[in-house]
Amino acid sequence: MTRGQYVIKENVLVADRTWKLTLAGDTSALRRGGQFVNIAIDGFFLRRPLAATMWDGEGFCVFYKTVGKGTQVLSTKQPGEILDALVGLGNGYDASACRESALVVCGSLGASPTFTLVRDLVASGKKVEVILGFTGAADVILEKEYEALGAKVTVMTEDGSRGRKGLVTDAMPEGGYDFFYTCGPLPMMKAVCQKAICDGEASLEERMGCGCGICYGCTCHTNKGPRRVCADGPVFKKEDIVW
Amino acid sequence: MVTEVSLCGVSLKNPVIPASGTFGFGTEMAGVYDLNLLGGISMKGTTLQARYGNECPRIAECPSGLINSVGLQNLGIDVLVREKLPGLRKIYGGCIIANISGFSIDEYVKCCAAADAAPQTDIIEVNISCPNVHGGGLAFGTSEAAAAEVTAAVKAVCRKPVFVKLSPNVTDIAAIARACENAGADGLTLINTILGMRIDIRRRRPVVANKYGGFSGRAVLPIALRMVNQVAHACSIPVIGCGGVSSAEDVVEMMMAGATAVQVGAENLRNPYVCKEIVEKLPALMQELGIENINEIIRTI
Repeated sequence: MTRGQYVIKENVLVADRTWKLTLAGDTSALRRGGQFVNIAIDGFFLRRPLAATMWDGEGFCVFYKTVGKGTQVLSTKQPGEILDALVGLGNGYDASACRESALVVCGSLGASPTFTLVRDLVASGKKVEVILGFTGAADVILEKEYEALGAKVTVMTEDGSRGRKGLVTDAMPEGGYDFFYTCGPLPMMKAVCQKAICDGEASLEERMGCGCGICYGCTCHTNKGPRRVCADGPVFKKEDIVW
Repeated sequence: MVTEVSLCGVSLKNPVIPASGTFGFGTEMAGVYDLNLLGGISMKGTTLQARYGNECPRIAECPSGLINSVGLQNLGIDVLVREKLPGLRKIYGGCIIANISGFSIDEYVKCCAAADAAPQTDIIEVNISCPNVHGGGLAFGTSEAAAAEVTAAVKAVCRKPVFVKLSPNVTDIAAIARACENAGADGLTLINTILGMRIDIRRRRPVVANKYGGFSGRAVLPIALRMVNQVAHACSIPVIGCGGVSSAEDVVEMMMAGATAVQVGAENLRNPYVCKEIVEKLPALMQELGIENINEIIRTI
């Protein structure tokens, strides 16, 4: 974990109530896809934990939905403004768990945390199939970016307004992958874990206090006992998760 | 310039202590910064048996603070003594405060005796003020007789200084404080969190799963200052001031109100580096205020 002052490079609406925020500053604490940052917003006591979508030596970007007052205020921030952020939180996905072929299944904003994972999987020569599920065409994010990484991408929408009509589980193949990764709404991830043919990892979400493991405000039940979503997770192995 | 303070003979290089429940067992912060700059560390509240605590959501944001209902999640006193205390001592040379909670006098006695016997423990903090567990904690902190009974029972089995952590959810905190002092408490820590609630108006249900939780954060500083001041003038044992502290200025204010040392709680959740920043800022602030020895400001109001 590092704490730093980050300059806003871009804060733009990219889909329905969905924003892409790009920040410049130290990214040395970001190691794995699925890790998150915790951003302070003026006027709010707690920070807002957001998955780091992608990063390089210059900075990182996150995707967020305006669901409450904090994210509403965040969406009004302009390029050049400074945000205080804790960076490099959580464990992230284990790309090395996949031997040859990975299946990545995401729902809605869950398309964000797996992006760097897919980049790393592709870079290490693994075959990656990505299934992105959204409510409708207005919600679609990161489709082209995933394609540009070299992954096979399938978009599913519940209303059929983009890609194929149906749920992400409808698009899951019967085989052809040796490990899976998922992020999205809890019922979706549960269904993905049940349908998957092999081991995998899912990224859980919980209302957090500190985001760095000291307050025990986001504890969840696992088959290995109580675990902090922020510090022991947010990524957990399929077999450890208690749904 | 002197920042060193003493709590019943235990020396702290400065008065800054992360409060119990907001800094894990201390070991979680290893590597984030050098903990040895802290005056003391109050470890996460521990009970006789391991506890999962309450279901999530355990956190609700509030203006200038938050409500928590963690519910004393901990691994039990045996693990504290066997793993957590030695683990913290390996990376930290300052004052270690073991924070103990219970559901019966017998539990308090067993836990405090075990914590007292651990060589790493410097001070025992007896939490009789947790608002997040049913049938324990707070039940002992809202009655003079019960507070005195716990204090006397614990004192009978401890050789190390015993600080009783008081609840603000009472009519007359000075009366509870005097009851603890008369029962033998070596010191007092106050305040624990204030019982509160938030409601999700869209889902029409409380935000935290346990319905109510403990409110803390910057908003409670004035309440904590008033209570510390009342208790410091009602008792002659040292007080650790806690509640809403987020800056070196707040530390000075708390000490002027009557605190010998100061705990920083909820602010750690917002800024895990805050205790380090306060410690680093304190000498410059003392210079600005013309304070040569920090002990000279204690209970001056």
